Amino acid sequence: MSDYPDDFLTHVYRRMKTIREFEERLNVEIQKGEIPGFTHLYAGQEAVAVGVCEQLDEDDYIVSTHRGHGHCIAKGCDVGGMMKEIYGRHDGLCKGKGGSMHIADRDVGMLGANAIVGGGPPIAVGAAIATGLQGQGRVTASFSGDGSCNQGTVFEALNLAVVLQAPTLFIFEDNGYSEHTGADYAVGSKDIAGRCEAFGMPVEKVDGNDFFAVYEAMGRAVARARDGGGPSAIECETTRFFGHFVGDPQKYRAKDEVARHRENLDCLKLFRARLADEDRLDAATLDAIDEEVLALIDRSVDEAKASPLPDVSEITTDVYAIY
Amino acid sequence: MSDNIKTFRDALNEALHEEMERDDTVIVLGEDVAGGAGGTGDTVEAAGGIFGVTAGLARKFGRQRVIDTPISESAIAGAANGAALAGLRPVAELMFADFIGVCMDQVYNQAAKFRYMFGGKMECPLVIRTAMGAGMNMGAQHSQTIYPLLTAVPGLKIAIPSNAADAKGLLKTAIRDNDPVVFFEHKALYNKKSEVPEGDYTVPFGEADMTREGDDVTVVAMGRMVPFSEKAIDSLAEQGISADLVDPRTVSPMDWDMIFESLEHTGRLVVVDESPPRCSLASDIAGVVAQEAFGSLRAPVKMITAPHAPVPFSPGLERAYVPGPDKIAAGILDCVKGG
Ligand SMILES: Cc1ncc(C[n+]2csc(CCOP(=O)(O)OP(=O)(O)O)c2C)c(N)n1
Ligand SMILES: [Mg+2]
Repeated sequence: MSDYPDDFLTHVYRRMKTIREFEERLNVEIQKGEIPGFTHLYAGQEAVAVGVCEQLDEDDYIVSTHRGHGHCIAKGCDVGGMMKEIYGRHDGLCKGKGGSMHIADRDVGMLGANAIVGGGPPIAVGAAIATGLQGQGRVTASFSGDGSCNQGTVFEALNLAVVLQAPTLFIFEDNGYSEHTGADYAVGSKDIAGRCEAFGMPVEKVDGNDFFAVYEAMGRAVARARDGGGPSAIECETTRFFGHFVGDPQKYRAKDEVARHRENLDCLKLFRARLADEDRLDAATLDAIDEEVLALIDRSVDEAKASPLPDVSEITTDVYAIY
Repeated sequence: MSDNIKTFRDALNEALHEEMERDDTVIVLGEDVAGGAGGTGDTVEAAGGIFGVTAGLARKFGRQRVIDTPISESAIAGAANGAALAGLRPVAELMFADFIGVCMDQVYNQAAKFRYMFGGKMECPLVIRTAMGAGMNMGAQHSQTIYPLLTAVPGLKIAIPSNAADAKGLLKTAIRDNDPVVFFEHKALYNKKSEVPEGDYTVPFGEADMTREGDDVTVVAMGRMVPFSEKAIDSLAEQGISADLVDPRTVSPMDWDMIFESLEHTGRLVVVDESPPRCSLASDIAGVVAQEAFGSLRAPVKMITAPHAPVPFSPGLERAYVPGPDKIAAGILDCVKGG
């Protein structure tokens, strides 16, 4: 870690903290009834999104999931624009037409969250084919969950990427559950990395709560992909701090599981502990970032609430024909 | 309230309980239908499908007959097909109708065609239950009423219940039927309560229900559009307008006779459909009526549908997207005043 400059460490901490507070605040606002729809929070998994995206450039792509807020923030989507989108406002990143599960921003290489489990990985291969043809050493990262790795579409994407040697990074976030179903039940081999390896690509399995572990594994995979070495996969073991969606009573989890994981597996706490261990950045610097992040989230919520709803004429814009 | 007033969800749940009790070849499979599996907590009855329709089945009938699957829609539908060919009566749950895209081959190329392709020597007594429809701000990939796509496929039967009693009776018929049935449950109806008859009863396929009777116009509507159309029709009574409201209940097979007979009396047709207009049930019904009952019509057919657009997320947009009682009333008025 001594190699990492201070401004990198503060940047990474700020990104992870922004995701955390974004989600913590949404959890509150949703329970107040302020936010419509169906929202899946990413809290707990921040080290994966940030560890992956910190190895990407703005013109690299990512493809995300229904639990996509963290991926969006990590790739550089505007937090205010995301908040407005989630509130269904006209100046949201997708004009309020997409919502939490459909945030996208091409300008920062975010090709879209996806409400169809397993919908993303084949799209990521296509994006990787495109950048490969354009010959610029760009890469595409595909995020998906432990649950999604049971979709045939994901197997097809893994194989196609290998066949074409498309520069795709398959990131599997094993947070232990797909909705109410444990990965220990639904993932037959209990070995996502092993599946990917069997398709013929290099894999690493890392502690997804350890930013540095994710970041370094991603660094190796990206270097290979940029160099014409084809796809790789990274399995990240992590945990989600909330239910599948806000309002999920989580009976399928042991009563103290979330509290234990918040205590022991919190990527932000682990990050701070590691910095303290190695005597990098003082607590006051990090506390100041916390304050700034909270202020940013407050501001983005206030602005989202104050922002107008889309006009009904928007229903039939952005679609090729009207009958 | 009488004990016979039940939610749409509970009526479906009762149908599943009763059919599983009656016939041990009935099995249920899908994501989280047993209540989840694995994990660190109590999964005996954590869920029962995310809408709770299969609640209690795993406890009662065991996990051999109530099967939690991984997220693998093609394998769910395909395994249901295979189990049906081999003598079971699977009821597969597809969490949201939008996900039919993932397993479309198993539904429209496999299940739908077995009996015909194999010269009548095979049957595929399969039910796919699935939650559809807008109204809960779930966005473009969780809100569609995708039934026209499947109604177009020969070999599939399509049920679209609009109330608790029909939901129960139609689901029983679906389970006992020897053809594959896709059973669309509108998610905005799950909590709606209405009278459900006591005991074992079925609602036959291909027999529509007339939930309002009147003189000026025939309204055909399905799913959530039925209660919306009832509201619209009731609101027009003040203006002296009355309507027949035909709820087909199954759209394949379809009870054309009830529609034609009603039209002989009213001479005007309004079709209400939550789907976009092109190749919809609205346009299908309008087309068949134009061919078969043109002589009864004294006004152009009026189609009231969603716009030709995906379902938007923002609540105001979604509300305006779905044909609601006001829009339906205006459409009926337009049709009646226009001709
Ligand atoms: C094709 C499809 N099937 C089912 C669902 C419903 N669903 C949404 S998220 C989810 C669980 C996904 O689990 P996982 O991939 O582990 O991601 P996580 O929710 O843990 O982030 C399910 C079953 C869906 N959206 N799409
Ligand atoms: Mg998961």
